[in-house]
Amino acid sequence: MKILVCISHVPDTTSKINFTENDTKFDTNGVQFVINPNDEFGLTRAMWFKEKQGATVDIINVGGPETEPTLRKALAIGADTAIRINTEALDGFQVAKELSAVAKEGNYDLIIAGRESIDYNGGMVPGMLASLLGASFVNTCIGLEVDGDTATAVREIDGGKETVTAKLPLVVGGQKGIVEESDLRIPNMRGIMMARKKPLEVKEPQGASTETSAVSFEKPAPKGDVKLISPDNLDELIDLLHNEAKAI
Amino acid sequence: MSVLVYTESEEGKFKKTAYEVVSYARGIADMMSTTVTAVAVNAEETASLGTYGADKVVHIKSDKLSKFTANAYAAAVTEIAKNEGSKVVVLSSSANAKYLAPLLAVDLEAGYASNVVALPESASPFKVKRTAFTNKAFNHTEISTDVKIIGLSKNSFGLKEAQKDATETSFDPSLDDSQFKVEVQSVDKVKDKVTIADAEIVVSGGRGLKGPENWGMIEEMADILGAATACSKPVSDMGWRPHSEHVGQTGKPVASNLYIAVGISGAIQHLAGINASKTKVVINTDPEAPFFKAADYGIVGDAFEVVPKLNEKLKEFKANNS
Repeated sequence: MKILVCISHVPDTTSKINFTENDTKFDTNGVQFVINPNDEFGLTRAMWFKEKQGATVDIINVGGPETEPTLRKALAIGADTAIRINTEALDGFQVAKELSAVAKEGNYDLIIAGRESIDYNGGMVPGMLASLLGASFVNTCIGLEVDGDTATAVREIDGGKETVTAKLPLVVGGQKGIVEESDLRIPNMRGIMMARKKPLEVKEPQGASTETSAVSFEKPAPKGDVKLISPDNLDELIDLLHNEAKAI
Repeated sequence: MSVLVYTESEEGKFKKTAYEVVSYARGIADMMSTTVTAVAVNAEETASLGTYGADKVVHIKSDKLSKFTANAYAAAVTEIAKNEGSKVVVLSSSANAKYLAPLLAVDLEAGYASNVVALPESASPFKVKRTAFTNKAFNHTEISTDVKIIGLSKNSFGLKEAQKDATETSFDPSLDDSQFKVEVQSVDKVKDKVTIADAEIVVSGGRGLKGPENWGMIEEMADILGAATACSKPVSDMGWRPHSEHVGQTGKPVASNLYIAVGISGAIQHLAGINASKTKVVINTDPEAPFFKAADYGIVGDAFEVVPKLNEKLKEFKANNS
């Protein structure tokens, strides 16, 4: 089985979010970048397929050279080879089109992407990629098994989950649950050393068009101070929730 | 030309978000001086969509679509969008809508903006405000394609009445087997329990509750308020509560009217996930907990004392106000 895992290079979840150039660019100053958490859950599941079912695992990213440390980290976790499509990721559709060109060549059985990146939260790359490839697609995937040419996947739905079967090739939008948090791997020294020697191929982009552009950003308006209520005066809380907030 | 809006129902009944997306679509249609066409699948009382501004309802009644199959739904909505000549397609932010929208985008060669929180700032260029960085920021996105797809954030627009006719026409989409490559085998849905996605009120517990055995009072509060229960990341990581209850940056986003956090300190990742909720209440022993900076109302106190007392008061309130 040939697996491709799409890796987004995103600010760490603890990052303070600021913007520069008149609020048109994300301020990367002092920000640490990591593998998108939703992608990391998927990558970890891919490692399981590698170890138990002899799959090969390639990873791919659309981005500039600054994303390479993130790809090396994914290689250190255990992926076999990395591909970087050398262009700035501008919108989800463009990324999906760039990915689909390489994915088509690679004839992958299974492509795992995160359900969304935690920076732009577009939530569109996995579905668009599946559609462009004519592959099956399961989003918000929280369980995945493959037997021959058929996958059994569990999809999280509002208020529960459903089990589906899908013919390969399959694209999944993964998230926490496809593996547990405790299954995530911290690269060890050997992995890090090996990752340095693993192939990281840089491919030139197709020049896919964008359909949307993030013109500018703004931060939420600062919040007013919290109204503190004494634990001995819970009637006040109920009154405020009812009459002021109109929430109950 | 009409604005097309995809409405969701469950066992025939429209979800509240269906009326919200119709209200929103009406807003766009008014900006663009056009009409609203709603797509409904196996629904009852489609005329109710008229209350929120649907001029026309294209109703698909199909056993084949009794289970949500994203590719088949995408094909059906695409066909209708083309028939209608729609330039804007509006969906909610439900799990199913987010599954469907990217497929539609490819089929309609449309730019797609998800998590949109307001009517377009301008129709030409078509520019919308959406959340980004998991609610830590907003982003103004321009969609440059002829057809535009919008995923509306829940509870961001609200219900706005605008009575229209909602003339129903039935529609039989042309479907083929290739759209059923993903087959639903079984659906496991929590019954008799409010889900986080649908909830108006969410009651959430954190590590401060010390152990899973102490969740009784959280569930009781949720029962009294008709709320969903949720939890912080450490709580789900430790297995005290199921993953499906984990809310925050890597868990589920919450956009409820009221979010009550008990024994949750308010890590930046947690706050990001619940930020879209309208009113936030925190109960925590530590007055320095970061949640107090994000909340509207706060009680510094021991949850084990405050929550049972609050539950009694809420019961009383409910008894007098229902």
